Amino acid sequence: MVLGIDIGSSSSKAVIINAQLEILGKAVFNTGAGTQGPEKAVLAALREAGISREEIKFSVVTGYGRMTYDKADKQITEITCHARGAAHMVPSARTVIDIGGQDAKVIRLDKDGKVENFVMNEKCAAGTGRFLEVMARILDCSIGNLSSLSENASEEIIISNTCTVFAESEVISQLSSGAKRENVAQGAHKSVAKRVAGLGNRLGLTPDVVMTGGVALNKGVVAALEKEIGQKITVVENPQIVGAIGAALYALEMAS
Amino acid sequence: MDKNISSKQVLNDMISRHYAEALEAKKSGELVAWATSIVPQELLETMDIKVVYPENHAAVLGARKDAPVFLQNAENNGYSNDLCSYARVNIGYANLKESAAGNIPMPDFIFCCNNICNTVIKWYENLARELRIPMILIDTPFNHTFDVPEHSVKYIREQFNHAIGQLEQITGKKFDHDRLKEVMKISTETARLWKKATALAAAQPSPFNGFDLFNYMAVIVCMRGKQEGLDLFKFWAEELQEKIDCGEGPWKDQPEKYRVMWDGIACWPHLADTSKILRKNGINLITSTYPDSWTIVYDSDDLDAMARAYSSNYANRNLAYGTGNIVQIVKDFSLDGIIYHSNRSCKLMDFRQYEVQRQVHEQTGVASVIFDGDQTDPGAFSLAQYETRIQALMEMMEQRRNERLSRR
Ligand code: SF4
Repeated sequence: MVLGIDIGSSSSKAVIINAQLEILGKAVFNTGAGTQGPEKAVLAALREAGISREEIKFSVVTGYGRMTYDKADKQITEITCHARGAAHMVPSARTVIDIGGQDAKVIRLDKDGKVENFVMNEKCAAGTGRFLEVMARILDCSIGNLSSLSENASEEIIISNTCTVFAESEVISQLSSGAKRENVAQGAHKSVAKRVAGLGNRLGLTPDVVMTGGVALNKGVVAALEKEIGQKITVVENPQIVGAIGAALYALEMAS
Repeated sequence: MDKNISSKQVLNDMISRHYAEALEAKKSGELVAWATSIVPQELLETMDIKVVYPENHAAVLGARKDAPVFLQNAENNGYSNDLCSYARVNIGYANLKESAAGNIPMPDFIFCCNNICNTVIKWYENLARELRIPMILIDTPFNHTFDVPEHSVKYIREQFNHAIGQLEQITGKKFDHDRLKEVMKISTETARLWKKATALAAAQPSPFNGFDLFNYMAVIVCMRGKQEGLDLFKFWAEELQEKIDCGEGPWKDQPEKYRVMWDGIACWPHLADTSKILRKNGINLITSTYPDSWTIVYDSDDLDAMARAYSSNYANRNLAYGTGNIVQIVKDFSLDGIIYHSNRSCKLMDFRQYEVQRQVHEQTGVASVIFDGDQTDPGAFSLAQYETRIQALMEMMEQRRNERLSRR
């Protein structure tokens, strides 16, 4: 049995698989690098698998927090791990879109599911999960409810600032001049979608397009992104753990 | 040259001497010019005028982590944060005139050539105006055609003639055309040796040690027309050849695993970190577009040849040339990857970078990555982001290599 850990900036994920590629344990905690999150995720995954740490033959850590986590046998970037995980779950995938807490990336895969090229957002939180978190806070709803809130939007609202801090004040003034929360929520999704589509178009979006990462759970973002890129997007089951699955697959390869 | 010391020591001595002599000259009343990095310095050398290069000086201040006060000073005086950081550092320096990281004498006139970018025109115009000194401008129109068109050659040559008149006026001396021919000969030879030395990186493993190129570049920028510049590159080439003959790679304690080129200027304030991360991943930076930028070689000894050479800088040439140049580098140096520095300062270089990356990838399939940074503004760079991108590049190169090996 092997372990894959993905430590993001705002969440920690762990996955345990066996040689038959079955997932025996998985866990997601909503705290990331620099917290107890990674440890908790590993312990919860071990518990679900019903095994002890000693039974883990090899472990790979990925994600923003990979450098500072010293309990894994090897560290691999989130680009390579997300690609591997996505290609494993959707063999026809040629493009992977992953929106994480502080970065957004679009990865092009070759026909064997290996990374051919990738682009990431410039050092700025526009088009990332953090942008959505800030928007959710202003709208006084949980990040999980942002999507359902946007379902009731009746009018299109444009958030023109890409800078998260400026967008925050832009939205506050929109709300105070009477804009509906639902419309603002949809506007936020659209803003993220536009930025990510920009990255994707630069790289070229070869179908099938698969989306991974926690933001893929937000149906509003996925719908807005599909509209922007004019293509269908496949969202895998448990999109948050795709990076950890990729890490676990590498761990399996390295254990043998 | 004394063979007990390394070419790197000679290099460091030369650079310190270059700045010390310029300061000395100023004190004793000699004329000093400030010039852009790829100017026809032959005209100044012929007139025996001391030249310092603000871009090189800004890079030095950047590398020695003394840029922020000058950046701030320029911004305090109303220059936008979006302006090239070399310009901001230099404009700040022209105002403060003192840096613990090294000083340059203030100029008596400005010598500017826009074959590198058009930012330099306004930057230098402002200096000339603020310091109330003359400015000589050589305007090299962008080459939309692959080669330099004849009408541009004519236009630039006439400007050289005009500049010579301006120089005679400023110095009160007659311009010696025979001496110019001699200087052109030396700089052609220096450029050839620079090219020869940097081309030795094609050996496998490369004898270069990562960022060497950026260090030696200072001499091709500042001392192209001088015999000592020529001697240094000869010495460096010999040293590298010796290393190649012994099969020595870039590092004593680890092998060169991957060979990459760097597109754009270094991140001077983060030089150590950026190079450490490459090394940690077994990546050796063996070349860039720089070796060719300063390979200013004359096909004859007249002003037309000089016009053609200075207009041929790759930044002044069209997309087809820019892409073809990198494709050729990938082949000549057997590269595994390319690192593109998306430099916040340099609009000119960034402007076509995505397209160059796309075309080069299409033509060579070589792995590449773009990272965000800045040449002298330390704030426009994130180490964690750089590291993730470099590591991802290494993983792509590793995977391609494994595939190639398994196909055999
Ligand atoms: S860095 Fe770019 S913008 Fe600045 S002087 Fe050099 S070429 Fe011009």
